[in-house]
Amino acid sequence: MTDVAAPNGPRIAPSVHRGLVLPVALLAAWELSSRLGLADPRFLPPLEIIARSGWHEMMEGRLWGDLLASLRRDLSGFGLGATIGIALGTVLGLSRLADRILTPWFNGLKQIALVAWIPLISMWFGFDEAAKVVFVALAACIPVVLNTQEGVRAAPLPLIEVGRTLRFSRTQFLLRLHLPAALPSILTGLHLGLIYAWLATVGAEYFMAVGPGIGGLIIAGRERFDMPLVLLGILILGCIGFAIDRMAGWIEHRLIRWH
Amino acid sequence: MTSPRGQIDISGVTKRFRIKDRPLLALDQISLSVAPGEFVSIVGPSGCGKSTLLRLLAGLERADSGRLVKDGTEISGPSLDRGLVFQEPRLFPWLTVVQNITLGLQNQRMSRAERRRGVAEHIDLVGLAGFENAYPHQLSGGMAQRAAIARALVNRPEVLLLDEPFGALDALTRARLQGELQRIWAHEGITMLLVTHDVDEAVILGDRVVVMAPRPGRIARGVEVDLPHPRIRADDRLVRLRNDIILGLEADEASTNAQRPAAA
Repeated sequence: MTDVAAPNGPRIAPSVHRGLVLPVALLAAWELSSRLGLADPRFLPPLEIIARSGWHEMMEGRLWGDLLASLRRDLSGFGLGATIGIALGTVLGLSRLADRILTPWFNGLKQIALVAWIPLISMWFGFDEAAKVVFVALAACIPVVLNTQEGVRAAPLPLIEVGRTLRFSRTQFLLRLHLPAALPSILTGLHLGLIYAWLATVGAEYFMAVGPGIGGLIIAGRERFDMPLVLLGILILGCIGFAIDRMAGWIEHRLIRWH
Repeated sequence: MTSPRGQIDISGVTKRFRIKDRPLLALDQISLSVAPGEFVSIVGPSGCGKSTLLRLLAGLERADSGRLVKDGTEISGPSLDRGLVFQEPRLFPWLTVVQNITLGLQNQRMSRAERRRGVAEHIDLVGLAGFENAYPHQLSGGMAQRAAIARALVNRPEVLLLDEPFGALDALTRARLQGELQRIWAHEGITMLLVTHDVDEAVILGDRVVVMAPRPGRIARGVEVDLPHPRIRADDRLVRLRNDIILGLEADEASTNAQRPAAA
């Protein structure tokens, strides 16, 4: 009974271990089925071959270049989208006029599937890097706008009254009250924006002109019917997405110290 | 020597609210004068408009008619020379104690060093030394309210308005903070208006107790508390005054209830 009482600390390790059970079991099943001939190795090559392909791509192939290109695209798109998103969300949250004029438009536009923008963006921005970054920015922007707007608008009235008695200026209201009060929401929006941006990065690499990037790597694999390369690309996409999500969660937790 | 500041004159103030489309006369022709440095307690049952009166003085609401004047100038909005303490501490949860109190000074023309000194002085004044860098969620209710008092005082206002500041605290903490408030009032020498529903608190702290009555909100009577500060809770004269005020409140309530069926 004594070890039941152990509260925080040591719990973290078992929870991580438990999270690993499913992926490890799946990988084992994968490995077994391809080894035992249950699956056609052309469609599901053994892990070893994927690892070897990964090693090869890392040492002499374009893996690093592709990874770097994708991450750069992802982060520049995210940076652009997040900046626009926070600014637009703040304006929509603070100004009732802007809210009335723009929010119906925005709500209508966000119903359009993200990939449906690709032809339009391509015609405006071409098929190259600029268009891809714009697409990623658009994807990242949407959750940031929505969450920022909601957070900025939700500043508690009791604190607004404190601001009034202390004669806050407009800027002081914004910087001292509305933005800090909105920070948890904004961070949630940025977190979602990061996830969307990564998805959009891959989407842009699939649907727009082929160039360096993990998406391009996967397409190259498909064209050569190089299944290990395709699977390698997908594994990398998943791992990067997972890492981005975890990192965002960690940063979020660190920034909201007062909770 | 300049004449002391912090004089308040309220004359014929009326305030109406609409609640679910029905007009409510929150304050009906209120007149009241408070001398510089005086401590006035305002008591009354809920709905008598005592908090509304304080919010008008703070400049958070506008009167429908009548005049509210401080030191000869009509009150038209919030001002740093009138501090306000709410029932809840209303600290900014993302700022530490020091940062919350400094918020009071950000619109004051002074150097960084002066600002820091002012904040430190007021942290000492309310007994929060050692908790400068604590966040509000780490403070007890009493400590948070001390920080709120410091935030309201740090501008050195000429009038401090207190809206049931100890209403949400436990009895022991409330008694201690009442003692502290007496000391602070003696130290600062400023005008204080305290709204409370606690008659004990009203007589212990006030030079004068203004009793209000509801429907419509009005001043029923004023009671002088002619006893030296600081006062002791068990003082016979204080207890007698308190009982008189409570009896008066009960009589008001009986007569209000007697009127209502007639009006219906």
